[in-house]
Amino acid sequence: MRRLLKALAAATVLGFATTGAAEAQDPTKACFIYVGPIGDFGWSYQHHQGVLELEEELGDAVETAYLESVPEGADAERAIERFARSGCNIIFTTSFGYMDATNKVAGRFPDVKFEHATGYKREHPNVSTYNSRFYEGRYIQGVIAAKMSEAGVAGYIASFPIPEVVMGINAFILGAQSVNPDFELKVVWANTWFDPGKEADAAKALIDQGVDIITQHTDSTAPVQVAAERGIKAFGQASDMIKFGPETQLTAIVDDWGPYYIERVKAVRDGTWEQVDVWGGLKEGHVVMAPYTNMPDDVKALAEETEEKIRTGEFHPFTGPINKQDGSAWLAEGDVADDATLLGMNFYVEGVDDQLPK
Amino acid sequence: MFESILITIATAATPLLIAAMGELVVERSGVLNLGVEGMMIMGAVTGFAVAAMTGSVWLGVFAAILVGAAFALLFGFLALTLVTNQVATGLALTLFGLGLSGMLGESFVGQPGVKLGAIDIPMLSDLPFVGRLIFGQDPLFYVSILLTIGVAYFLFSTRAGLMLRAVGDNHVSAHAQGINVIGIRYLAVIFGGACAGLAGAYLSIVYTPQWVENMTAGRGWIALALVVFASWRPWRIVAGAYLFGGVTIGQLHAQALGVGVPSQLLSSLPYLATIVVLVLISRNRRLTMMNTPASLGRSFVPDR
Repeated sequence: MRRLLKALAAATVLGFATTGAAEAQDPTKACFIYVGPIGDFGWSYQHHQGVLELEEELGDAVETAYLESVPEGADAERAIERFARSGCNIIFTTSFGYMDATNKVAGRFPDVKFEHATGYKREHPNVSTYNSRFYEGRYIQGVIAAKMSEAGVAGYIASFPIPEVVMGINAFILGAQSVNPDFELKVVWANTWFDPGKEADAAKALIDQGVDIITQHTDSTAPVQVAAERGIKAFGQASDMIKFGPETQLTAIVDDWGPYYIERVKAVRDGTWEQVDVWGGLKEGHVVMAPYTNMPDDVKALAEETEEKIRTGEFHPFTGPINKQDGSAWLAEGDVADDATLLGMNFYVEGVDDQLPK
Repeated sequence: MFESILITIATAATPLLIAAMGELVVERSGVLNLGVEGMMIMGAVTGFAVAAMTGSVWLGVFAAILVGAAFALLFGFLALTLVTNQVATGLALTLFGLGLSGMLGESFVGQPGVKLGAIDIPMLSDLPFVGRLIFGQDPLFYVSILLTIGVAYFLFSTRAGLMLRAVGDNHVSAHAQGINVIGIRYLAVIFGGACAGLAGAYLSIVYTPQWVENMTAGRGWIALALVVFASWRPWRIVAGAYLFGGVTIGQLHAQALGVGVPSQLLSSLPYLATIVVLVLISRNRRLTMMNTPASLGRSFVPDR
């Protein structure tokens, strides 16, 4: 009997304790919409890694949910609305094509916070946009490529001719030209974000045509793997792909969304969430360079120095003088491209050996 | 360089060829299985996983074939025994395969796999120009050629092949002749699944030795289309698969060379070229009608 009473007392105390905690604050519900499967080891995979970081950091204070492989379009709106109705406090929509759907749903749910990745529309006060300055990493890659290439020509596997990708190609060639003004770049458009077989074929085609550095703006690890098989140096994309080219990956641009997700969910909890338009880069830790490997010390030192200069803001990759591909002047000596121009970039700079698809 | 390009083309064509050859037999028996993509991706994940865990690529290949066949058996049970709609069942199989493979393969994402390398015959593989092309490719390339020879021989030169085609052309007459329609269709469907599984393993073990979700990227659908455009003839499938692979690789080279053609147009060329050529060689309507399995996609219930 005494034991039972004791147990009852303990239960009551415990009960009070838990109720107390719950009253203090319910977990914040953060919901995520991905365009691809979380197993792509690229774009969606990295967003999901950010979510795992968020869970680890906030523990019981956050509850997460996600939907993967949500097509851009009408389905996206339904998916976002479903999340909004199901009690999500903050919803992250992680692909460019969710832009209009996000804003539409946001108008109907003013109490829910919306965060749209890589877009530019913020039609309601509860919509923020966020993106990363991947071009900073691509400039560093260009510098390394020009140092490491014996042929003086690199191959670039591109996805679609949107500003984000064009900006990356331009940043890469500018970085390379800073070392070797005659550096050449061959571009192959895969017209897909994700098709390991086709990406591998593109890498093989480029290598057969004599490039000795491979870089990519598609999502799979296939190009890095093909390069490794052929003994060609390559750069990883979105994740650190060193396992696929232990002796050939030079570095990789790693998308680290964790810090941003942690910051924004905390802001919702504290009640300090405000509309923002964030474009973070090396400085904010949104873009991280994987370790510089498989290169001589002087190249590594130059890469680290370039990274540091960009991080501190001492140098911007798009600093004049820069000409457009046809030789006409774009940026005058010392001028720096503004963000709006970069985000709408639809032309090549001088030195790219390709016609930009329209 | 030329040799290397041809080998790249063979690598691109082989998975299409294997999957399409399996589906050819299925459709010749009068069954339309749209689940090729699903069986292929299951083969890819199984092949990768088993090869990675056991360290033996051949066990991986074997397991992929088994899983492809098992998946096809599931289709057979639904579509042949329970007489469900074949189109809907096949589509469901594809969706199921894509989802299930993603779940099963989760822990293998981002892990480099074991590669089934090219064979090397001393002397012969080193012959100039043709050496590597004929004697130095991956073993599954040779399997795909043997498979084609075998299927062509089976369908058109054996009694069993004749029975299978009879079932596909008119299941009622075949049944009246005492042929076990459902039994033959089961075997054909299982064979098709085994081929799709093998094609999937080719992707995750030879083509790009890694596992990522959706890595088939629509190749199962291309295989399905090849069967139709090749008007159900084995050697035309070979032509179609190699044409598709050849134009795919060719357009990538054209881009790298910097020809002034929009890349979107170049990217659509493999599809265009394959359809145009196969439609042209199949343009004799009477012959095409003769080759089309007349009972394709129609369910059969013996007692009705």
